[in-house]
Parts: sequence; structure tokens; C-alpha cells
Amino acid sequence: MRAFSYERARDPQAAVAAMARTPDAKFIAGGTNLLDLMKLEIERPGRLIDVNGLGFDKIEATADGGLRIGALVRNTDLAADERVRRDYGVLSRALVAGASGQLRNKATTAGNLLQRTRCPYFYDPGQPCNKRQPGSGCGALQGFSRQLAVIGGSEACIATHPSDMAVAMRVLDASVETLNPEGKARRIPIAEFHRLPGDKPQIDTTLGRGELITAVTLPRPIGGVQVYRKVRDRASYAFALVSVAAVVQRDGSGRVAFGGVAHKPWRVEAAEPAMASGAKAVVDRAFAGAKPRHDNAFKLLLAERTLAAAMAEARA
Amino acid sequence: MKFDQPATTNPIDQLKVVGKPTDRIEGPLKVSGAAPYAYERRDVAPSPAYGCVIGATIGKGKIQSMDLGPARRAPGVITIVTAQNAGPVGKGAFNTAKLIGGPDIDHYHQAIAVVVAETFEQARAAAQLVRVNYVRTAGEFDLSKAKDGAKAPKQLTGGPPDSALGDFDGAFAAAAVKVDSTYTTPDHAHAMMEPHATIAAWKGDELTLWTSNQMIDWGRGEIAKILGMPKTKVRLISPFIGGGFGGKLFIRADAVLAALGARAAGRPVKIALQRPLMINNTTHRPATIQRVRLGATRDGKITAIGHESWSGDLPGGKPDGAVHQTRMLYAADNRMTATRLAVLDLPEANAMRAPGEATGHMALEVAIDELAEGLGMDPVELRIRNDTQVVPDAAGAPPKPFSQRQLVECLRTGAERFGWARRNPQPGQARDGRWLVGMGVAAAYRGAPTMKSAARVRLNGRGLVIVETDMTDIGTGTYTIIAQTAAEMMGVPLASVRVSLGDSDYPVSAGSGGQWGAASSTAGVFAACMKLRQAVAEKLGFDPDKAVFADGRVSAGRKAAPLADAARDGELVGEDAIEFGDLSKRYQHATFGAHFVEVGIDPYTAEVRVRRMLAVCAAGRILNPKAARNQVIGAMTMGVGSALMEELVVDKGQGFFVNHDLASYEVPVHADIPHQEVIFLDETDPTTSPMKAKGVGELGICGVSAAVANAIYNAAGVRVREYPITLDKLLAGMPAVA
Amino acid sequence: MDAAHKLEISRRGVLIVGAAASAVAAPSVSEAQAAGADAPVLAKVAFEVNGTRRELELDTRTTLLDALRENLNLTGSKKGCDHGQCGACTVIVDGRRINSCLTLAVMHEGGRITTIEGLGQPGALHPMQAAFVKHDGFQCGYCTPGQICSAVAVLDEIKAGVPSHAGADVTAAPQVTSDELRERMSGNICRCGAYSNIIEAITEVAGGNA
Repeated sequence: MRAFSYERARDPQAAVAAMARTPDAKFIAGGTNLLDLMKLEIERPGRLIDVNGLGFDKIEATADGGLRIGALVRNTDLAADERVRRDYGVLSRALVAGASGQLRNKATTAGNLLQRTRCPYFYDPGQPCNKRQPGSGCGALQGFSRQLAVIGGSEACIATHPSDMAVAMRVLDASVETLNPEGKARRIPIAEFHRLPGDKPQIDTTLGRGELITAVTLPRPIGGVQVYRKVRDRASYAFALVSVAAVVQRDGSGRVAFGGVAHKPWRVEAAEPAMASGAKAVVDRAFAGAKPRHDNAFKLLLAERTLAAAMAEARA
Repeated sequence: MKFDQPATTNPIDQLKVVGKPTDRIEGPLKVSGAAPYAYERRDVAPSPAYGCVIGATIGKGKIQSMDLGPARRAPGVITIVTAQNAGPVGKGAFNTAKLIGGPDIDHYHQAIAVVVAETFEQARAAAQLVRVNYVRTAGEFDLSKAKDGAKAPKQLTGGPPDSALGDFDGAFAAAAVKVDSTYTTPDHAHAMMEPHATIAAWKGDELTLWTSNQMIDWGRGEIAKILGMPKTKVRLISPFIGGGFGGKLFIRADAVLAALGARAAGRPVKIALQRPLMINNTTHRPATIQRVRLGATRDGKITAIGHESWSGDLPGGKPDGAVHQTRMLYAADNRMTATRLAVLDLPEANAMRAPGEATGHMALEVAIDELAEGLGMDPVELRIRNDTQVVPDAAGAPPKPFSQRQLVECLRTGAERFGWARRNPQPGQARDGRWLVGMGVAAAYRGAPTMKSAARVRLNGRGLVIVETDMTDIGTGTYTIIAQTAAEMMGVPLASVRVSLGDSDYPVSAGSGGQWGAASSTAGVFAACMKLRQAVAEKLGFDPDKAVFADGRVSAGRKAAPLADAARDGELVGEDAIEFGDLSKRYQHATFGAHFVEVGIDPYTAEVRVRRMLAVCAAGRILNPKAARNQVIGAMTMGVGSALMEELVVDKGQGFFVNHDLASYEVPVHADIPHQEVIFLDETDPTTSPMKAKGVGELGICGVSAAVANAIYNAAGVRVREYPITLDKLLAGMPAVA
Repeated sequence: MDAAHKLEISRRGVLIVGAAASAVAAPSVSEAQAAGADAPVLAKVAFEVNGTRRELELDTRTTLLDALRENLNLTGSKKGCDHGQCGACTVIVDGRRINSCLTLAVMHEGGRITTIEGLGQPGALHPMQAAFVKHDGFQCGYCTPGQICSAVAVLDEIKAGVPSHAGADVTAAPQVTSDELRERMSGNICRCGAYSNIIEAITEVAGGNA
């Protein structure tokens, strides 16, 4: 870990201003992924700006009947919030399916969105990885890809986004609120927040340099039966092979997003009308153009069967 | 003390202390964080320098150049040790690859340097500044490719690499019912919770290592050999060890680099291997390919049994002994085993919990299940029908008997307790709600070796009995069973016994490995206590043969005195070693068990959840049922891991284990493990040791994975022969879903 | 035949490419970048550990775990992986269990930290520590302090109604069941495999509390 200077930001404007002044600075909140990566020098900030004191730790009702979740709300608190449990069950369930109790106590809403991939080649500085070191190649393409993307990948990168929370937020049409270094706020629909790797896999999101997440908003509740089904090799404390966030309405219509399959939470709205026809129809459409590899081809069948399980649960 | 005749009645048979489910005597230290592990010995090294190990990032090749300049100039750096500047560094007799590589690199993450700095943070940062140019050479990383060129190893632990009896080929060809199946098991990591760690300090030419090591005397000799110094100048201290499972049998890079770093820095240095480095830097259980052929008559008598195993290791390495149990478990007149070893350039393969049997049962005990299905016979009954009370593989007469063999009792007891009769032999039929449910069984065999073991027992004027031996407690309960042994022998309560372990200044013990630790080390304490009893009796003027030690007193006839009186003029010391004669040549010493497992499988996703587990073990006298139970449930847990999730994934192009941390090498977590039941059958074995005990820590893992695999088959009707049985391998065989 | 080929190196001194056919040169590193590490930055922090106020001046890189172990000599909190993958470093900070390896000490100004040493000591064990001894909820002991800190916090979390993955219905109040405990304790790996005993120990303590 490189030596770094450390400051506690006192207000949001000061935080983004400090970031603008220091090219190799990073914000730190929960730190559970950033410090992990700093120890391996996969992340090498020269300055850390601690944003924990900025007060973005509340969950508030919005004027249109939705919820505004402060960027610093811990995963535990978000999962435990009565409104989230009642009205956005898929989000609560996704959160508690992720990581461990200890990590959820520290990890924040914004940090969860900004998690970097768990691709083993990204995590091993001895291996080529275009995400970690652009232009160095992709070790996973010729190597071990069981955990990796089956759709939306590129010749440069087949990493997956590891978050469970983000998959639920994607199905709920959340928006990410930010403050840029000039002090301007903007709102990014979650669909546009995470990127596909293309030829720039080093860039995970559409956040600008020095842009600070302040909140995530959820639109008014959409009802339905909300299911988050996460499938992994061990029963807990593991990243998803495939996960499904589904909201199923009484008439059989609904929404679905998939985790563990792509560089971002994977949702194809055009596939959702097929929900009444069953899981296979949805998956055939949502995964049209999928390019699985030998190690992870099973994820397509698994996605279908996991969705079927989620829909069965919703019917029950 | 020479142990060459079966034990008769001795003080241990009183069972006032031995055999009781005593809480661990070191328990309060462990649960309060007060037990000091190697890296934590601030008492002996108040201001150590910190070492950070650098691992090679090629699978095979050479270091062309190393630039240490920027790292040397980094803040806080004291020294950097490489193979080039370390002076002569030899290779240990137990190591296959050198512990510091360069210029030649034998495997990925082989240590090539240690950066020593004032603080941990500085050492870690500076290590990132060391720049290395490599020249990569082609290596062989694929066992399935190297298999055909594999050769018979010189030796297999426990016998020759190949064995044959009768006419296997003829009998197999003629058999009415046959199984011919090939199974694969992947490389496994010990993944003990405490990383390999050492503090090294030099005093002149004397070196002391506070380290985490299962075999103190081996380690002492190895350090001497590696560093080219007399063994007498090396001291190893290892009182608390955060798990080993075979991964800490040998000296590893942390110890050698701490010693070299401390010498170069001129002050104590401490090193803990970084977790992401451990898996490729240290040893692992090698992958195997195993072919099992079974032939039987229609009524279930096995007539031909054949087991071939292939594994790989670095040049000069050793094979996995997967065929061991096949030479022991079932009767059959026609048999063969063969072991072949391929040369691979992966990190060093070596022992991990029940080396050989752990992998071997994963194949054999599934093959037996397949045979039972082919015969239409209950798999418990098939095993019972083919039981033998003599070693079935021994060519020539007279047959060698097992000293004790309660395999049939294990199977029958287990079947009854587990409700085996409720199992539907037709796979894929049982449901509990949406879950597909199935039961599986496997037999378990593991040898019960013993090793010479010494101890010193002191009695002081306060009546305290102090045991000193270089034996280690790697979580096995050694502290407690040694205390129980000494308390029983000297007739004192447990609270009057102190046990000091893991110091090479103490008498040389058997160490912890091969399931020999409990029986051997307590027998060594028994021997030393016999000496001390003699000294006590003589001091008190009692007839040593008639003296009775009980309740803190010694009595003989009408005479009696407090035990402490014997030490009123000064401490009394008894020191001795137990040395084992040829009883193990006359009798086959072994432990037996049966594992029963129930699994549920999600019919949509093929996720497997273990619902119930039972082990029945026959393993000699159980010295402490609480500690022994823990050994067995821990082994069962590890067996669930190797059945369902554990696999070091080989990148066959780059030549390394890809998933080299605890997030990506998945071991079972709490949620994977149900309540576990363990039953110990009554058994005392007077031919193994005066304690009449054996080990259980390795028996517990043998057969577990096969029982899980067989339960999966019973639940889903899908037979997976390629471990681990992850859901992707089951998915296509799951029932149709809407 | 010379199968060898040269490899480029990255700024962190590691090889980048595989076979020559697919070789990609890494961008070379400027001397300024490669020149060496920056000097450590020191920062002051004060927090309460097991009821005692501690003031430290630390390298900003120091994790809470290393501050406890190396600076305060509270070595009961263990370093199993240093990457949040094992739970051996679990401590309770401001009433919540966290992985102390994945947080910086300087981020805990004014914090209240409870480590295993603060729960109880030999002779005066916390009920959870005593239950672990009684039920033999450990073997090697290395994960044990983390398991116990976690277990103490888990019972509080259940009492506080924090949902878990064990219950499909997140609107329901969680109960102390074996499945709940197993799920909530899954961030604490015990390679010795004493899980079954650990759950019995926690269950006993939970019953005593109820």
C-alpha cells in the first residue's frame, strides 16, 4: 500500500473540491473494497478523503412516494429499514444475500455500487488484466472464467460486477444522485450507471472523475412479489454464480434483472413481457447474443432455472 | 520404554481422568485471545523488524534481473534478502522445491525475496517496488496431459507403489457384475486460519524461531540443513498453532526468510505469509485421476478389485497414496493397485489431512456404491458382506490380522442410528417439500501408526506435575490429553498438571501428523510418568512396584504420603521415550468408521445442502471424547468441502492456482454444515500403545466426500465422478421445471 | 530449442504477458513513478479500546487490526487473511461487529472498540467465551476470538430485528434458530470445522438471555 495522506471532509462541497485539487485522491467511506485493493496496490491513491462525516446516512421519503437512500447508509441499515423491507423486499433480500454481517455493517450504499470485479486475474497483480492495467491483456480469456461474464463482455474483459444490491436496484429503476467537482448535482439512472467493458474495461461506471455519490433514490413502490434468489457454490459468504432479482405482479407480468452474468447488473426490459410465458422465454430474450465460455456456459441454464425458481416462489 | 508386548493392565485403565470429556485446559486462553501465536510474541521480540515476502509471478523459468534499488531506498527499509545475496541456502530434505528461488523459478509464488523494514506498512509498500525481469520457460501444468508419461514412484508411503494378488484381469473379465469408473479429485489447499508465521532472532550463532509448525524436531533439523548450521544451534518454539492439516509439517519460506532477514538486519524479524501468496507458495494436496475396477458375483461377493491412481508433483516429489485403503478395506481374491507419478511444474504437492486415504475413499467408496446399484443390493450390506479380519492385500501366508477391526459394527450401528432403512434405494424419488432428498454411506479406513515419542515430567514441592515435550497441539487437544495422561499416572487432579509443548529444548516427541500424535505423545508421557513414579517411590522409601498413586497421595501397604512430599528436597524428574517394537508388524493397526450423510438438492438450481451427518468410529481408546468428537466433526466439515466446493483451479497456460485466497478458494462456512453426530464404539487396543489408543483426526475425513457424493446420487440420480460436485455438473440432470 | 521468451514488466515489477504471439508491451514507467515510495504520513487518532482511551500516532496505512495488534499489543484479534475473507479479525466498534482488517485506524476517531480481551479474561470469562469452552467450539483457536465477537454481536442483531438471508420473509422478526445463527455466523470461517459445536455454544447463551 502506497503511503497516502488522509483528511476528513467536512461538507460535500469541500469534499469534491479537495478531490478536484488532488489528481490521485480517492473518497473512502466503508473502505471494505478499497482497502482490500489498496493492500494489493490494485488501487494506489495518494490521498484519501474520508466522506463518512458528510451526513448522507439517512433514508428519507421523497415527494413522489419513493425513498432517498443516503450514500453512506450501511448495507445492514438499508436491509433492516422497515420501508425497504415492506415496499422494496427485493432490495432487502439482495443486501442480506451479500457478503457477511461484518462487511454489511461497514459497507455503504455508494460503495456497494462502486465495488470492483472479483475476477481472480484482476486480483492477482502477477497476471495480465486490462481492467487493472490497460493494455496488459486479459488472463481470464485463456484462463479460468467460471465466475465471469456470459454476456456483454469484450475481447478486453469478461469481468462481472459482484454486487447483489445493484441488481435489485436495477430492477427497481433506482437513480444515483451525485455531486461533481464543480459542485453541480446530477442524477444518473441506474441503467446508465454501470458500463460494459468494451475497450475501456478499466472504467466501471459513468461517474466523472472526482464525482461524489450522495444518494440513491427509489421510485414509488411497484408492489408485486419481490424475490431475490442468489445461487453460489457455498451456502453463504460467496459471490453469486447467478442471481435473479424479480418483481412479479399478480397478473404474471413483472421485471427481472440478473447478477453474476455481466459487467453490470443485467436487465433487458424487452424480455420482460415474456414473463407470462415462463423463465425460458425470458432468458432466451435477455441473453440473446450471449457469448459464454467453456467454463461458464452453465450460467445460461442456471439463469433460466433460477428465474424459474424465483417465479415459482412468487406464485407460491 | 520399549513397547513390544501388548499392554496389560496399567494405571491408565483406572480411567479416572483419561477417557473423560474434559474441557480443553488451554481453552480459557484461546477464547480470551490470550494464547500467543507465533507472530504475536512481543514478549520475546519487543521491537521486531517486519518482513514482506515477494513471490515469483511465473510458473517456471528464470529471473533475468532484479532491481532492488527503489525498494532499498524506500522509507524504513532495512535490508532485502534474495537468493543472490543470502549466502549459501540449501534445500530441506522434506522440501521438494527450494524455499527461496532464483535465478531458477520452480513454481508460481515461489519466494524470491524478503523486504525487511521498520514497520509492516513500509515492508509491504517497498516490496511493491522490487522489479523483476523473468524469462519464462515452458512447463507442464496439466495432469491429464502428463498422465500418460507418469512413472511408478520409487516408493509409496506404507508400501510398494504397485501391488497384485491372484489374477485380477481374469477375475474382472469373468465377473458377473462390474464397475469400471474413473474419478478425478482436484488440488486442495489446507487453508488453515493462521498463516505460516515466524519471528526469528539470532544471538551470536544461535538462532531461535518462534514459529507455527507441527513437527518441531523435523523443523529444527531442516533449518539447520537449509542454513548450513549445527542443529544444536537452532531452537524452535511453537506452543500455539493456528491450524496445520499437514500444511505446517515442514519448514516453509516464512521461517527461512525470517532467519535470513534477521541475520541481515541484525535484529529480530517477523513474517507472516500474505494470504494471497500462501496457496501457491506453500504445499497442497495434489489432484488425482483414479480408475477403480470392481468385479463381483451376483450375490455380492467381490472377486476382483483394482485401483490405479495418477498424481503429479515437481521433479523429485511424491505421489498421492490414493490406493492405500483399497489394499485394506474389502476381501477379494484377485486384486491390483498401481500408483503413477507425473512431473508437473505446479507448486509443491504434499501431505494434507489423511494424505492418500482422503482422495482414495472419494473414488473407491463411490465405486462400491456403483457396484451396489449394479447388484441391486444395499450398499451397507455389500460392504458388510465383503468384510475381512485380515489384511486382504498381503501376498503369502500367514495373513496379517488387524489388531481391531469393527468396520461391520460401525456400519450396522450407523445404519440403525441414522435411519438408513428409510432410504429409498431408487434414486431421485424422495422429496421434502421442493427438495430432492437422498442418503449416502461410505466406509472409512485410516492406518494407526505410532512414532517414538519422549517427554519429561517434573514434580515440584507444591505437588505440581509439569510435563514438557516438543509435541504440538494444532487444535487436536494435545494439551488436554497429555494433562489427562499425567494426572491419571500421577494420581493428581487435572488442575495440578501443567503442560508445556512445542519447544525444541524439550524431549523430542512424535509431533502432529499422520494421525499418530495422540497415541504416540501420550504414550511418551506415560513412559516418563513411569520413571517419575519410580523416582517418587524411591524417594519416599516405597516399593515402586506396589506404590499406588491416587488423590494426590502415594501409598503402599499401610504407608502413605502426599505426592508433594517426594519433592520436598527438590524437584523430581522423570524423562523417557516410548519406542515401539514390532507389534505393528504382527498386527495391522488401523482405525475404521462409517459415514452417513443426508443431502437435499434444490430441483431448480441443483444447489446441494447437507442436512444430516453421522460418523461412527472405532479408533481404540478415546482419550477425551469431547476433543475426539471435535476432531471428527472438523474432518467431516473438511470432507463436505472437498465433496462440494474445494478446488484449486489450475491455469494450465500460466501455470498457477488461480483462486489463491479465501474468497475464491471456498471452504465450508457455518451455513454449509448441519448439526453433526459422532459415535465412538467401545474399543481398547492393547497392541498399539500402553494407552491402548489410536488417532481419529484423519479417520474422520476418510469417506465423507464419498458419502456426500453417494447421497447426491440417491437424491438426484446423477452420478458425478469429477470432484467437487458443484451445481453446474448436476444441472443438466435435474428435473424439468416450468 | 529455446522455448523461453522475454517478458515485459509493469511498474509494480510483475510480468504482464504470456506467449510471444499475444505479447502486449506494458506501458513503461516514468522514473518519477518508479523512484520509490512516498514517506509515510503520520496522523493522530484517539479512541476507546475496551473502556480505556488510547491515543496513537500512526502511519495512515495502519488498519484498525494492526493498530490493535502491533501498536496496542492486543493480539487477541487475529489476522487470518487481511482481506475481509475470513472474519478472524472481527471486533465490535460502536456496537457493531466489523472486520478490523478492512478499516483504517485513523477513521475511528472517538470510536468505542471492544475486542476479545474486553469481553472477558481467563478467570472472568464472558458467558459466550465460557460457552465456547464448554461446547468445545474451537480447535486451533485462531478464528475463535473473531467467532466469539461475532456471536455476541449476532445475538444483539437478532434482538434488534436485523434481517438475514436465512429468512425468506424479510418483513418477519428474526428468531434465534440454528439456521439463523449459521447464516449470520458465516462470515467467520473455522477451518478446523468446529461449526456444529459453535452453534451449540451460541444457542445456549441465547437461551440464557431469553
